[in-house]
Formats: sequence, structure tokens, C-alpha cells
Amino acid sequence: MTAARAVPSAESSARRVSYNPAPVASDATLDTLACTDLACRRGNRLLFSAVNLEVRAGQAVWLRGRNGRGKTSLLRLAAGLAVPEAGQVSWGGVDVRRASVYAPLRVYIGHANALKDDLTVFESLQFLARLHGRAHDPASLNAALERVAMASRRDAPVRTLSQGQRRRAALARLALERQPALWILDEPYDALDVDGIDVVNRLLHEHLARGGSVLLTSHLPPGAGAPDMAEFDLDPFAPR
Amino acid sequence: MNSLRWSTFAAPSRFYALVNALNPWLWAVAIGLALAALYIGFFVAPVDATQGNSYRIIFIHVPAAWLSMVLYLAMAFWAAIGWMLNARMASMLARAIAPTGAMFTFVALWTGSFWGKPTWGTWWVWDARLTSELILLFLYLGYIALVSSIDDVVRGDKSGAVLAIVGAVNVPIIYFSVVWWNTLHQGATISATAAPKMAQTMLLAMLLMTLSFWAYAFAVVFTRAQALAVERERHAEWVRSAAGKELQ
Amino acid sequence: MSAAFAAVYTRELRLALRRRVEALLPVVFFVVAVSLFPVGVGPEPQTLRVIAAGVVWVCALLASMLSVANLYALDHADGSLEQMLLSGHPPTLIASAKAAAHWTITGAPLVLAAPLIGLLLDMSPAALATLVAALLLGTPILSLLGGMGAALTLGLRSAGVLLILLILPLSIPALIFGSGAVGAVDSGISASGHFSLLGALLILTALIAPPATAMALRIALE
Repeated sequence: MTAARAVPSAESSARRVSYNPAPVASDATLDTLACTDLACRRGNRLLFSAVNLEVRAGQAVWLRGRNGRGKTSLLRLAAGLAVPEAGQVSWGGVDVRRASVYAPLRVYIGHANALKDDLTVFESLQFLARLHGRAHDPASLNAALERVAMASRRDAPVRTLSQGQRRRAALARLALERQPALWILDEPYDALDVDGIDVVNRLLHEHLARGGSVLLTSHLPPGAGAPDMAEFDLDPFAPR
Repeated sequence: MNSLRWSTFAAPSRFYALVNALNPWLWAVAIGLALAALYIGFFVAPVDATQGNSYRIIFIHVPAAWLSMVLYLAMAFWAAIGWMLNARMASMLARAIAPTGAMFTFVALWTGSFWGKPTWGTWWVWDARLTSELILLFLYLGYIALVSSIDDVVRGDKSGAVLAIVGAVNVPIIYFSVVWWNTLHQGATISATAAPKMAQTMLLAMLLMTLSFWAYAFAVVFTRAQALAVERERHAEWVRSAAGKELQ
Repeated sequence: MSAAFAAVYTRELRLALRRRVEALLPVVFFVVAVSLFPVGVGPEPQTLRVIAAGVVWVCALLASMLSVANLYALDHADGSLEQMLLSGHPPTLIASAKAAAHWTITGAPLVLAAPLIGLLLDMSPAALATLVAALLLGTPILSLLGGMGAALTLGLRSAGVLLILLILPLSIPALIFGSGAVGAVDSGISASGHFSLLGALLILTALIAPPATAMALRIALE
């Protein structure tokens, strides 16, 4: 996945977002994630309906709401994992489940860490990097682990780590990113200590500066070190 | 196909009304044809030269076997439609067909067994067709088990569709392999489904019974699908007004 | 594309190597299950020779089904499966890699264990060779079908037993052709017909099962 890719858009002008590991100064902007009239069902209940939400390039959106309102469900819809009950999630005008260009431009880190207990931290990160077509040479991976302060535990099996350490290891993927993309993060600050939160915030700042966008949830308000985020409250969209 | 007319009954509320209108007729046809078929089969059709009177079970066995196969294809068809076109009623129809299909398969096996006993002396014979029917029963049971194990209705419908389609594709392969297997072991088993040479009346009785089973299957499947529709849409307006009408 | 296949495949093997004992449990089950038959049926060599091929096949089938239940369950639980489906690679590729890994970890050892089992059941050398060759073609079919069953029953309570119920009827053709091949060789006729059919079945399953598995995975994660 090192070739340049063209991003087809609703408009006729061809926009190019190059996707090679070497950072390239580009004046192309990321597409917008648009949720139009979105409704979500869980079991027999409607979680929310008529949600209209946009995440533009360079923008961070903090999705908030009480427990059970459907924050995780909304993130999964945005990622294209789930099918909406009504409405549409589109990327550059194309439905996310059909937009083949969406995959390399989307980073989804869910509540679960996607780390295997029996693999080492390094091996787990390497697998995820290879899977998603990011740089997976030892140098890049070590550098990423260094950024999340997990380099010292790189050869430790994941099952020996604490919750906070596992979260850091899962978030190390973000340190591998070089290009603008949409980051969809479910409770990224969960289980992290002050230093960990700091690291995440710094990664977010850099990411937004390069023109990336972020959609995240957090049950606690993002602290002082976090980048400016637009708030989107899901509570009003729950059925009466 | 006039798509407008077909999709009219894709709405559960209109399907419900359609079934209420059709079912009395379907039951009448089913019972009427069954009585006619049984009368002809048991009183009019001649005694068979080799099998005597015991062959008469085929008037139930063969129609049941035919229905069991047709219903499986119908089930796979409606499940596929429901999945591809996102049609809820089609998926409910597929779920409704499964128990009836399984029942007919069981009837075919049971009557086949009754046929085997006086004719060949054993309660069960591993010939190609009976063995295929047995495997078909397993396919039905598998489908029923899968869709009832999945709590989420939408996921259950779609997963059931995948299973039913794969099963439908496999049925010819399974049948072919079983026939192959049976011919290899020809010495050990005897075909229990060699039907007697068909006199006109025998054929007539079998056809009437098939039509009767078909009408019965429609009636029962429709009723079951109705119940599913009411259960799934219990919060909808049409359910409340329909329930209100029936209470009057 | 093949990079993703290689990544998933090597990861599965690496995980199996970290849990070697657990990876070999299906083979142990296979040996134990086969050994029950002489105990239950009687040790006469003539009887055993007749039922040998069938017994080995059925036990291989059951051993394969028991180990395939976890193919996707663990990845589903820790979020890895989501990542695989989000990677942009065709889910069919992921399904193929998983089935290939399952065969390497479970199917191939079963094929290797079969000769020993065959000796326990007093099979002739020709029959033994045919059995091994047939299992070589048949165990991939079981892995492919099992993967589909695992995807359909992902996350369900009684997934293990349900999976077996779903997949066993579909594996009957492989069972028929596979054990029939040995029977043919035992009777002195050529088993080439059986092998051709088994080969055709393998190709057909390889074409149908991965896409069906992929669809089932997407449905399960919706």
C-alpha cells in the first residue's frame, strides 16, 4: 500500500491524497465524514435517530453522552463496521461501506485493544502495522513504542501487562501514522495515567496539525492539554 | 414480474391482511383434497401385485418427500430475497417455512420406515433416497437451531440466509454422493422406494395429496409468518388496530 | 494482498506455537476417539479392517470440528477480528488465511497421525496409503467448512455443538468419497474416481466457503 491513491469525490475535480510512508507536503485536504439522518438500533430498541454529524479535515469531535446512549455504536457506524437502521454515513460523498478508498484513510481503535495475549508487544504492533499497510520495519515500530513509553516492554507478552500498559500498546499504532487520516477512537484515555494522557494529546495535536481529523469518545471531559474539540452530545437524540 | 404488485405484500401489515383473507380457502382446499386423495388411495386404487396393500403408504410418503425438498428451496429462496433486498417479510417467511419443511421431512422418513417394515422386514433401510431425506432433516434442524440461537433478529435472518443458500447449493452434491455411495454398496441394501407401476388412479391420488399438502403448507406457513410479523412489529400501529379488531 | 494473507497466516502459526499443547489436543482427541472403537466393537481384526476407514474419517471430522470453534471466537473477543475486517483487505482473503492456518495446525497433524491409527486398526499398506492421500484432500475441505461454521456461530452460547450440527451434513460427501476410496482399494478396484470427486469437492469448497465465511463474519460484526 505504498502507491499514491486517487480519492474519488462527489465533485468532478480529481483530488489526490498520496499515501506513502515518506511524508509529503501536500495541499490536498482529507475528505469529510458525514453522518446524515443516522439512526441506530440495538436489539429491539432504537438507540438514537436523526443524527447529523460532520467531521472535517483538521477537526476533532468529542462525542459525549450518558452510558448506553450509543456512543460506541455511532463510532462503529462511522468506521463502517455496522449497518445503520436509517440514514447514511458517507466519506467524500460515498457510503463508507462501499468506499474502497476509505480503508487506508481510517484508523479505528475500539474499546478492545486488539492485542493477542500470547504475542509480545512488538509482535502485536507489527501485525497491526502489516495488516493496515503501515510501516512495519523494526526501526519504525521501536520508535512508535518509544513514543508511548512502551519500548522497555517490547518483548513482554501482552498478558503480563497492566490495563494501562495494554492501552498504550494499542495506541502505539497512532505513532506510526504519518499521513492525514480519520482517527476514530473509542475511549482512548481509558486506563491511562497522566503521562499516558499527555502522550495521546500530543499525538492528537500533531495529527490535527497535519490535516487529519479525529472522532473520539471520552466519558471524562478532555483535559487542558487536549486539542480544541467540537462537542457533540448524543443525549438529545435518544428516543423519548 | 410486476414489481409493484409483489412488493405490496412485503409490508407486514398488508401481508397480515392477505393471510387472513386467504387462509380459510387454503384450509378448505387442503382438507378437501386430502379427503379425496385418501379416498382414492385407499378405496379406489387397485391392490398391488407384489406389495399388496402395504404400498398405499406412498400416497403420503411421496408427496411428503416432494414437499420437503420444494420447501427447502423455497426457504432458501425467501431467505436470500430477504437478505439481498432487505425485505423483512421475506426473512420471516423463510423462518416460518423451516418447521413445516422439517415436519414433512420427518413424515417422509417415518412413512418410509412403515413401508420398509412389511416389504423388506426392517424398520430402516439405508438406501439413497431415505438417506438423503435424513440429511435434509439435519439441514432443516441446523437452520432452525442457528436462527433460534441468535438473539439479534437481523443477524439471525442474514446468517440463516447464508446457511440456507449454502445448504441449497449442497443438496444436489449430497444427493449425488449418497446415490454414488449407495450404488457402491448395492449388495448390502435394497432400494425401498421402488414404487409399484403406476396405475392411473394411484397417480391421481398422489397428485391430489401433493396439492393438499401444498395448500396445507401454505396455510400453516402463512399463519406462522403472521405470528412472526405481529411479534416483531408489536409496537407498530397496525398491530394495535388489528388486535383491536379481533377483540371485537 | 498476499502480504495480508501472510500476516494473518504467520500470526496464527505463531500463536499456535506459543500454545503447543493446546494446538495438539485435537490430534490427541483423534487418537483417543479411534481407540474407543475396538473397545466398543470388539478386537477382531477382520471387523476392524472393515470399519477402519470410516472410523478414521469420522474421528478426523469430529477432531477438526472441535478445534475450529475457536478460529474466530478469540479474535472476536479481543477486537482483532474488527481490525482485520477494517483493514481494507477482502474478508475472503482473511477467511482463506484462517482456514489455511487451521489446516496447517490441525488438519496436517491429523493426516500425519493417520498411519499410526491405521496400523492400530490393522489396515493393509495399500489401504493405509489411500487413506492418507484421501485425508490429504479431505482435511482442507473440513477446515474450509469449519471456518464457515465458526463464522456463522460467532459469539453464540452453544457455538461449539451448533457448529458441529451445521457442518456435519455438509461434510458427508467428503466422508463418502474419502472412505469410499479406501473401500475401493480394499476391494481391488481403482480409487481414481473417488480421488477425482474428492479433488473436485475440494475445489468447489475452496470457491464457495471463503466468500460465505466472509459474509458471515461481516454479518456477525454488524
